[in-house]
Amino acid sequence: MARPVLFRAPPAWYIILRLVGARIWMSLVLLLGVSVIVFAGTALLPGDVAQMILGQGATPEVVNALREQLHLNDPGWLRYLHWLGGLPTFDFGDSLVNGVPVAEMISGRLGNSLLLAAFTSALTVPTALLVGITAAVWRDSLYDRVLNVLTIATVSLPQFLIATLAVLVLAVHLHWLPALSYRVDISSPMAAVRIFTLPVLTLAFGIFAQMARMTRAVLINTLDDSYIWMAILKGVRPVRLVLHHALPNALGPVANAVALSLSFLLGGVVIVETIFGYPGLAKLMVDAVSTRDMPLIQGCTMIFCTGYLVLVLIADVIAILANPRLRR
Amino acid sequence: MMREAASTGRVRRIPLLAVVTGTLVLGFLVVAVIGPWIAPYPAGGIVTAQLFGPMTAAHPLGTDYLGRDMLSRILVGARYSIGVALPATLGASFAGTSLGMLAASRRGMLDLLLSRWMDMIITFPSLIFSMVAVAAFGSSVTVLVLSAAIIYTPGCYRIMRAIAVDIEAADFVRAARARGEKSLEIMFGEILPNMIVPLLTDFGLRFVFVVLLLANLSFLGLGIQPPLADWGGLVRENIQGLNVGALALIAPAAAVALLTITVNLLIDNLPRR
Repeated sequence: MARPVLFRAPPAWYIILRLVGARIWMSLVLLLGVSVIVFAGTALLPGDVAQMILGQGATPEVVNALREQLHLNDPGWLRYLHWLGGLPTFDFGDSLVNGVPVAEMISGRLGNSLLLAAFTSALTVPTALLVGITAAVWRDSLYDRVLNVLTIATVSLPQFLIATLAVLVLAVHLHWLPALSYRVDISSPMAAVRIFTLPVLTLAFGIFAQMARMTRAVLINTLDDSYIWMAILKGVRPVRLVLHHALPNALGPVANAVALSLSFLLGGVVIVETIFGYPGLAKLMVDAVSTRDMPLIQGCTMIFCTGYLVLVLIADVIAILANPRLRR
Repeated sequence: MMREAASTGRVRRIPLLAVVTGTLVLGFLVVAVIGPWIAPYPAGGIVTAQLFGPMTAAHPLGTDYLGRDMLSRILVGARYSIGVALPATLGASFAGTSLGMLAASRRGMLDLLLSRWMDMIITFPSLIFSMVAVAAFGSSVTVLVLSAAIIYTPGCYRIMRAIAVDIEAADFVRAARARGEKSLEIMFGEILPNMIVPLLTDFGLRFVFVVLLLANLSFLGLGIQPPLADWGGLVRENIQGLNVGALALIAPAAAVALLTITVNLLIDNLPRR
């Protein structure tokens, strides 16, 4: 006897798609807000950019012509919309220092920075997850306490201290590695190791312990759940307990912890690229700040903020996909 | 009732590590105030011909790239490192806590707007945010303090808002409301006293972040400007000493590390209620 269907739950893929869509939408709204802050902070200041480009000797007519050309005579909101319109096509305007399109300056540098971040993530994420999970299982052991002390040390130490110590030991005293990484040379594995070891080690040192510690914290939360006790009483072996019972349910929070730790890379690369002379986006940004090259600063800042939002978005999507209630 | 339970319990002992680190932190604060008077040499004075000198009795922390006494420069630099970080952290903590409590007590539209605003600010990596501020407004103590305070407000706001929302729902707050206490009385009389421990812990943690942020900015040459030098600036000045393994480079970086580790250990060992 068929009963009339009053309410049918929408299929899982639909719910997932809608949740993911909502997250993407929110990220875009946040990015729009960020663009307002960036533009208002850097472009609406008093002071004449045209005069700055041409120097004090320029005649008022020439300055005014350039102002027209750069749309500087337009009201602020119009200039913002003009700038915003260029963003989706990576048109950040031209550099004030050398007139080269900002997108062109950024494109090569961004790849270098992403390479650095990729190597660092490939090194830290698996090891930190392993250490975090084992520390959660052997809670309050000596191993766990060592990790705790290490975390305090690594979040407290300034990166330039870690970097200089690494250079002192590995480059100055042992002569194993060059102190600077001016050229990105990945033509042979040996060359890549020489270039990337010091910057990657410095970056990894800063985030590894933190990532492991946060992984430990979220897994311990799960391990305290009653269904875990049930599994223990049932006689499930520890490895299976962690991998099959605890971890799948902790996947969302773990992804969040990893993303949050990786987001510290965004600030960390600034110091590391500067110390090692690595030609990445952050180094470009530091140079842009010292020459006050506003379009370049705006472009770099938007990319850094987008990087953060993408990281958080990925973690959110993983959390949605890992939600057991949607895995039907 | 909570207060009674605490006072009838055994006398709580303060952990030894908390006493030691607390004393050290106090020492750092004292040095920040009286640094120039206890420095053995004038911080800006060239006192020896030996550049990047090693540890000696006359110069316990060696000499810098111009032959100036490093110990004196670090003692004087303390006031720029701590003196900028402290007001910035106070600002972030004050703004974060009061806005968090406000959002928790009003909820609704105000809560939503504040929270979205904080989400937006937190999108900026802190160092990037301060770099943009310095690029736009130039590097001055005001810009450094304000940018650090603004960028670290959202972290504090989120934690304090969450805690305040929890406390709002507690029975003693509902009792106070039933008693007819006004919302300001509830905020300061009921909710704030129960937030003190997390507030202090968060303050310490945020202080560490701000110290590191400012040291990094100075290291990049965007923080406190020469001839004044905070600890990050001292590292920058002496960076050519890296090839000779100079103490002048390591000592100020170690000073930053000692301060941040001490504060971290202190908040880790604070008695919990």
